[in-house]
Amino acid sequence: MASHAIEVKNLYKIFGPNGGDYVDAVKRGLGKAELNEKHGHVLGLQDINISMPAGGVMVVMGLSGSGKSTLIRHINRLIDPTAGEVLYDGVDVCKMSDNDLREFRRHKTAMVFQKFALLPHRTVLDNTVYGLEIQGVGKAESEKRARGWIERVGLKGFENHYPNQLSGGMQQRVGLARALTNDADILLMDEAYSALDPLIRVDMQSVLLDLQKELKKTVVFITHDLDEALRLGDKIAILRDGRVVQQGTGQQIVLSPADDYITAFVKEVNRGRVINVETIMRPFSGNPEGLPLTMGTVLESAARAMTGAHVNAAHVVDENGRPIGALDLPTIISAMVTPTSHEDKRAA
Amino acid sequence: MASICSVLPALLCKFPAIDDGTIRLARKTIDDGFKGFVRSYGDAIDTVVQPLQWFLNYLESLFVGSPWIVILVLMVAVVYLGSRNVNITIGTALSMIAIGLVGLWNDTMITLAMVTVCTLISILIGIPIGILMARSDRVQSIVNPVLDVMQTMPSFVYLIPVVMIFGIGKVPGLIAVVIYAVPPMIRLTNLGIRLVDQEVLEAADAFGSSAWQKLKNVQMPLALPTIMAGINQTIMMSLAMVVVASMIGVGGLGKNVLQAIANQFFTVGFLNGFALVGIAIIFDRTSQAFGRRLQKHSEVIHG
Repeated sequence: MASHAIEVKNLYKIFGPNGGDYVDAVKRGLGKAELNEKHGHVLGLQDINISMPAGGVMVVMGLSGSGKSTLIRHINRLIDPTAGEVLYDGVDVCKMSDNDLREFRRHKTAMVFQKFALLPHRTVLDNTVYGLEIQGVGKAESEKRARGWIERVGLKGFENHYPNQLSGGMQQRVGLARALTNDADILLMDEAYSALDPLIRVDMQSVLLDLQKELKKTVVFITHDLDEALRLGDKIAILRDGRVVQQGTGQQIVLSPADDYITAFVKEVNRGRVINVETIMRPFSGNPEGLPLTMGTVLESAARAMTGAHVNAAHVVDENGRPIGALDLPTIISAMVTPTSHEDKRAA
Repeated sequence: MASICSVLPALLCKFPAIDDGTIRLARKTIDDGFKGFVRSYGDAIDTVVQPLQWFLNYLESLFVGSPWIVILVLMVAVVYLGSRNVNITIGTALSMIAIGLVGLWNDTMITLAMVTVCTLISILIGIPIGILMARSDRVQSIVNPVLDVMQTMPSFVYLIPVVMIFGIGKVPGLIAVVIYAVPPMIRLTNLGIRLVDQEVLEAADAFGSSAWQKLKNVQMPLALPTIMAGINQTIMMSLAMVVVASMIGVGGLGKNVLQAIANQFFTVGFLNGFALVGIAIIFDRTSQAFGRRLQKHSEVIHG
């Protein structure tokens, strides 16, 4: 299944009865607070431009009120934009007719919700077939596919339980199975793991990463947790007050935060799990020494491997095993240590 | 009072009512207009409601005509299948036997037929109107005051136009009962649908549900407990109203009560009253137990 990229272009959302009247004013620089005070409208999103990679995980991160849940609802148009485009496979979702939109939602998207949003009167199996039932797929066929996904998310044996009989983590597995059974290209996950316990959350992240390795769907994942964003995201966009403050890979954000807001976020991150060896390696001089490390290895794993092997030096090799750079343990450790502040880093 | 009036202008002391002549004229015009309407359309209206008459007569003769043991077994079976509760089932059998022993079996059957038809019609009218109300705030703002009037207007008042249009008999009685009993059905259907969790509705939208699929798969099932409460209320109100409706020719227990009132038959009054209470409790407990059984999925809450 070939997934397509999602292009969000110049997207604005202004909540209120006459939102459209204020787009130009906002473009000219009318602020969120002023819009609210003077005109009684709430600025939800402004000038969002994000290109969400095909077959990759796009994480949109932000604190509550930053507009991230509003943004994800524009992709399947649960919320209509005030201005702008959301392009999928060259088609603007925002201009679809009701009928086309329904077909788009049925076949191209599937969504997982923060509070699970399962149907309480249906069993796990009947919840899971919901998307196919809406599409009009036959009962036998849809139940067969649903059972497969229920097993994949680890709920085999619970098919006939009701959601109320399951724990939060298990309910969200049902939510995930329901979305996956739809077999859609786009998987929208709105703070899907935010309501779960930390351990179960990590567990569910692994489930998603494992599935994604083989499914290669275009996943849009909303979270307020930077660790989660860094673990899952092929690309991360950080939202604040309805505006994208920075977007890029996890490494780019951790290594060069765009402003103090993001610096504050990044401070608490375990850098050893984000930064890759090739980012800090020095140019290759002479012969490859010590342990070979594959490109893409994170610093924590590199340090563990080197200390385990009792060596101080290592070299980085590409996928074909060709050495491309060198590094030693002190370099790794200094890169893993969080700089005391953004200012210090600039001064250094 | 008189002393205050001596210093106030007359206009502020005695309410300036419209004069009697004008009111009399208005009353006469409206009454004549209505009578004229009844005269010209009475036959047409009778034809329209004729199926109701047939259905009511058929059910009544079925209930009254069948041997009591068949009806009793059927009732006990329905109550058990609905409630799955032995106590309620035994209670039903005992109260029906007691009713039979005091000689009220036939009257009870007539009332039962009446209440059954009234409840069915109330559900058929109430649920669609409730759904429409839940879908549109405008419809709600129009229907709500109408329901307020229907519920607070003394039932004797709307018996007047009902009798003028339909005359005396079962069908006018049925219409009077339905007017009285349908508001809770409408209100609780509307409320139940409006209370459905927004997140679940959003999920249904996100999967591309059409309006009908949403109603069928999400709104109605999740509103069902509230709708069941509405049905329960409707049954209770129909039972209360069949007594009033006996004034315009509905037979059964209500008619006996009416006669007991007129003649101060203390024992007869209470026997018939208790028979009504008996049926009411049977209906109430059975429908509530059935409603709870439908909600089985929400009973076990995981910690």
